[in-house]
Amino acid sequence: MAPTGAGKTLAGFLPSLVALAERRPQTLKPKGLHTLYVSPLKALAVDIARNLDAPIAEMDLPVRVETRTGDTPAHKRTRQISRPPDILLTTPEQLALLIAHREAAEFFSGLRCVVLDELHALVTSKRGDLLSLAMARLHRLSPGLAAVGLSATVREPDELRKYLVPQNQPLPPPSAGEGTLRSRGGEGQRDDSGESAGLHTGRISSGSRAPLSRPGLTAGPPSPAEGGERGAPPMADLVTVAGGAKADLRMLDLGRALPISGHTAWHSMPAIYALIKEHRTTLVFVNTRLQAEYTFRELWRLNEDALPIAIHHGSLDAQQRRRVEAAMAAGQLRAIVCTATLDLGIDWGDVDLVVNVGAPKGASRIMQRIGRANHRMDEPSKAYLVPGNRFEMLECQAALNAVEEAAQDTPDARLGALDVLAQHVLGMACADAFDPLDFYDEIVSAAPYADLTWESFEQVVDYVATGGYALRAYERFAKILRGPDGLWRVRDARTAQAYRMNVGTIVEAARVRVRLGRTLRGKPGTVLPKSGRVLGEIEDEFAETLTVGDTFLFAGETLRFEGLAEDECLVTRAPPDTDPAIPSYAGSKFPLSTSLAARVRALIADPFEWDRLPEQIGAYLQQQRRRSVLPGERDLLVETFPRGKRHYLTAFPFEGRLAHQTLGMLLTRRLERDGLRPLGFAANDYGIAIWTTRDVAERAALDPDFIGDLFAVDMLGDDLEAWLDESAMMKRTFRQCAVIAGLIERHHPGQKKSGRQVTISTDLIYDVLRKHQPDHLLLRAARQDAATGLLDVRRLGMMLERIQGRIIHRSLDRVSPLSVSVMLEIGRERVYGEGADEILAEAEAELLQEALS
Amino acid sequence: MAAGLRLEKTSKHPTLQLAGETLVLDLCGGLWLPDHRTLIVSDLHLEKGSSYAVRSGQFLPPYDTRETLACLHEAVIRHDPARVVALGDSFHDARGPERMEPGDRAMVAALQDGRDWVWIAGNHDAAVSEGVGGRYADALTLGGLLLRHEPSPGAAPGEIAGHLHPCGKVAMRGRAVRRRCFVTDGSRLVMPAFGAYAGGLNVRDKAIEGLFPKGFNAHLLGDGRVFAIGRAQLARD
Repeated sequence: MAPTGAGKTLAGFLPSLVALAERRPQTLKPKGLHTLYVSPLKALAVDIARNLDAPIAEMDLPVRVETRTGDTPAHKRTRQISRPPDILLTTPEQLALLIAHREAAEFFSGLRCVVLDELHALVTSKRGDLLSLAMARLHRLSPGLAAVGLSATVREPDELRKYLVPQNQPLPPPSAGEGTLRSRGGEGQRDDSGESAGLHTGRISSGSRAPLSRPGLTAGPPSPAEGGERGAPPMADLVTVAGGAKADLRMLDLGRALPISGHTAWHSMPAIYALIKEHRTTLVFVNTRLQAEYTFRELWRLNEDALPIAIHHGSLDAQQRRRVEAAMAAGQLRAIVCTATLDLGIDWGDVDLVVNVGAPKGASRIMQRIGRANHRMDEPSKAYLVPGNRFEMLECQAALNAVEEAAQDTPDARLGALDVLAQHVLGMACADAFDPLDFYDEIVSAAPYADLTWESFEQVVDYVATGGYALRAYERFAKILRGPDGLWRVRDARTAQAYRMNVGTIVEAARVRVRLGRTLRGKPGTVLPKSGRVLGEIEDEFAETLTVGDTFLFAGETLRFEGLAEDECLVTRAPPDTDPAIPSYAGSKFPLSTSLAARVRALIADPFEWDRLPEQIGAYLQQQRRRSVLPGERDLLVETFPRGKRHYLTAFPFEGRLAHQTLGMLLTRRLERDGLRPLGFAANDYGIAIWTTRDVAERAALDPDFIGDLFAVDMLGDDLEAWLDESAMMKRTFRQCAVIAGLIERHHPGQKKSGRQVTISTDLIYDVLRKHQPDHLLLRAARQDAATGLLDVRRLGMMLERIQGRIIHRSLDRVSPLSVSVMLEIGRERVYGEGADEILAEAEAELLQEALS
Repeated sequence: MAAGLRLEKTSKHPTLQLAGETLVLDLCGGLWLPDHRTLIVSDLHLEKGSSYAVRSGQFLPPYDTRETLACLHEAVIRHDPARVVALGDSFHDARGPERMEPGDRAMVAALQDGRDWVWIAGNHDAAVSEGVGGRYADALTLGGLLLRHEPSPGAAPGEIAGHLHPCGKVAMRGRAVRRRCFVTDGSRLVMPAFGAYAGGLNVRDKAIEGLFPKGFNAHLLGDGRVFAIGRAQLARD
């Protein structure tokens, strides 16, 4: 009955449809909302509404399905509240707004079922925290609610199972049929939508106390799941759907040597183009927007057959993205070069090949990307991994091994963020007065907040009320007030309105529009007919570093920066065949997953494994073994060597670029203090290189403990604190927390920026707050983010623990094969560890030069 | 390089000559006139944080006033001036003094003790209420210098003003550094904002460039010292 691509959707909805159909005879009173569907993507909600309409019409069911997104017009929203549909499809942000509505209790009172789609993707971010709090409220508003999560296979399904049901509940009275939790992994029937061959699609449904039947795909009677064993956290039932044919996944082997560094995979472009020609429709996944731009340009250079090849990434103009998606759905494209923006989304149907260019970064990511191809069960999904350099070759092999073993490496469950909680507390005060004790119980029923202490909760409430400052400056402006009845209420309608404007956890980096200006140089636009149109947006931070005349790749073209005007970045087309001068702009960069990193270390450590690798990589490792040493699986290799007038130290922790950048900053500080005069450092996913004026090897020869002390765990003490004071990454992290928690107003797209001298900079706020109240709630929230986010401090800490006593130092007279890879990052990446004063001094020197000449 | 501009040796707090007077550009963002034993600071914007609570219900950390006063205190200790001139926009709004915490108020009083303290009127605080000590003036003449809040249009030799919150940006090798700065062409000077929450306007903006038709140098407040940067090295936003 279900068309291809709608099977999974329908599975989630079947119980609701059955219940709604059965309800028909007895409906005399007005119907309320029965089922809520939440998707991470607005487009997905709309798409699924369309897919649901067909079977409902065919079966002639009296069921009304509607969507509610940011695009829903005001009159329809109002009507949806007064006359709710049976099934509502929406996003986490819209759900947050709904539960903060004054009518929320009434609106959700009849809710029987919630379906959370792509749950694996939602729970890894602050959106997942926000959604978990909304779920806690829904469970309270309609006890007995059944929650169904639809997810790709994950490493720890239990975390998702906890997410769906209330935690920290008083033990329920023993009821008939209560038993231990049962996992029925692997027993489920095949799903004809089949995520893809070789993949397991988890169907996770709650132990429902509602008289709902199981999702139609499952055999057997419902298994009760409330409570669970005494002491064990309650969890939802797990239904695993076995996949179809195994994926046909290989590494693209060109049979010739790959470069040691670089991520563009330029050498593989002809092969990728040939693959595109051989297949109906190909998705070419890349890791960064820069890579997307580069790959797109190179493929078009080769595109003698003028195949319709498109590009899709988050910075492009939304209308252009919609056009690409529509063309894809209509089967008009042969290939799309895309970033993670298409990791989730509408099922394309006709994709028969997935190509992943560059490092895989994580096994689960790769498996989910492969799953974008071929939704037929009888044909294997076909996919190629295309390494850009020799290290990526190792990483690709590690990923192949992981996929072979179906080893997942999805991230750990999150600890609920405090800034998100602050937003939620204000929202709930907007909905209704709250009793702090009851509200606390509700919050700790959400899995991410299960361990929240009462003290932290009180601090959040205090923050929402008056800012949470030791200096009680804002008592008379309090946003929420505690009445004589002990209940907290929102101050006024203006505060509630401010909440609604601020809802959500996605804080876009400040961006400027890129507008194509008219140009007198070169040929007038031949590819695109009109000039003056908006190509997309780039981050403020990137635009800041551009000077007039700089060229960069964007929207498939090389553009020349002409200046910033009216908050827009004005560009012209660079003459044909101009090579972009500015190498990179901020784009999504995923760190190498911990488990894939461990697999790469194991591959390197075990020569017997090298047989599985392309020949050239084995030779490369042999050479490293001859010239230096290959570290064991748990070891850290540190090499020192002179080059030019400088001394270099390289280290290979394999913990991802973010953790390495933090490590680089901290090591630089230590070397500075030890008088070795570090000049800078560079990092990639595998290691770091630091260069110094003085000889580190000489110092290490005098003091055998020197290298060990350099990497001692106490690095994460005072040095980290001192660095956090000034880290731009930390300031950016703080800004996101400040926006989410409502400390500063969100910048809305299209809203005109006010002049720089009147806006208030979060950097200044951060500096002042750190100095005067270092334990403030928002600083705590920013630190919690820093542990796993841009600074990856937690992973760095785990690495430092791992390598204690296991550091192998080799003092070499020249650079080793392994070290070459990270040395090549120098000059390509920004140089870290270079203070503002060095840059100012250089600019000053130019003035002095001018004065003397 | 602007005509009539002499560059001294680099130093933490460099010295300039303007209208025959010696000016020390203090790293804290203040201007020290040793011959007059006078310290000038501009655009303190005290109680800017609390003004947001009144206006838009945003609760910014209410510590900007004490932070600004602490920096001022540090400069006062170092120079022990006979006179302190606050060059306008000392409070973010006219009701700022009423919102000041008692501790901050006491700090202002301590700073004023034994000194001639002049509040120059600014556009934000033209109508500042009484009760914060010191004396009030629209402008002040010191030797060959005229101190006023808003720079006057056209040539103004010897004028020292604030109001514009100048910032200079240096972009190099994929990194941009943006800092508060003094701007001068050797004839007139615009001071950086001193307040902890005060924002900044790029010196390449028309409002600032227009004051210096023959070009200018910016003196950027670095981490360890003040840096003289030529107009050619200063990037637009």
